[in-house]
Amino acid sequence: MDGIDRRLLNEFQQDFPLSARPYAALAERLGVDEDEVMERLARLARGGTISRIGAVFRPHTVGGSTLAAMAVPEADLDRVAELVSAYGEVNHNYQRQHRLNLWFVVTAASAERVKDVLGDIESRTGLAVLDLPLLEHFHIDLGFDLKWS
Amino acid sequence: MELSDLDLALIAALADGLPLVSHPYRALGAGIGLGEDEVIGRIAAMRDSGIIRRFGIIVRHHELGFRANAMSVWDIPDEMVSDLGRRLGDSPEVTLCYRRPRRLPDWPYNLFCMIHGRDRESVEALIAGLVQRLGLGSYAHAVLFSTRRFKQTGARYGRPAKLAAE
Repeated sequence: MDGIDRRLLNEFQQDFPLSARPYAALAERLGVDEDEVMERLARLARGGTISRIGAVFRPHTVGGSTLAAMAVPEADLDRVAELVSAYGEVNHNYQRQHRLNLWFVVTAASAERVKDVLGDIESRTGLAVLDLPLLEHFHIDLGFDLKWS
Repeated sequence: MELSDLDLALIAALADGLPLVSHPYRALGAGIGLGEDEVIGRIAAMRDSGIIRRFGIIVRHHELGFRANAMSVWDIPDEMVSDLGRRLGDSPEVTLCYRRPRRLPDWPYNLFCMIHGRDRESVEALIAGLVQRLGLGSYAHAVLFSTRRFKQTGARYGRPAKLAAE
């Protein structure tokens, strides 16, 4: 990873160009050509440092979502985590250090579908799922400063 | 702003991200019957109205060396939580900050912050700094470090099967 990669990752997390050829606009800013920008982005995406180029939506304006938590016996954690991750509606799923040790985010086209997924997980695992929907958000999302400068 | 069916189709098409081709908005629109200008215009309208909070490169913290992530939670009296939440949300070390419901007796906390760092010690130091600066020391508090990531993808709002076939 060199200086151009670092700038690509840090400087275009918001206000990505909405012009016909956005990668050419990035290229101009970075002093390279459009093909090189696309190649670098493809490589960074393959390596996993870029999740995608896209939109972060304001919660609850499109469909429904919630944060869910479960207390899973240690011996069952792998199996339950796999079961949870298999839902297309689950987009984040983490083990955390707490009695409630499995935390995941469910996002779907409707609030009803979110409830259905939680209910389905409860009935398939026999474990309670805590539903912790967002009530208020306080953070203005400017991306994540990689503090390279 | 009212979202139309075409906006929803565009949102679904965006779930996999902008394609890496010279005219990505044209390519995105081709799958859902929208022209390049219309795709750009609809994304701009959603961004301007705040439905899209951020449009750009979405990075993965872990792969960039920010390997420690903590969900830091507090039990703040209801009449103070919005004010403290805003102050936490404005703090540069906080990646996300939300108010969520308590679920007693299992879960007594109503304010949630995500904090990322290169290692556990630096995250703990950031949290200690926040507690001191914002005077949070007297509130019940827990820090839940993640120990394993089972899944991390972008949110999918629907029609993934159709997209997968395209």
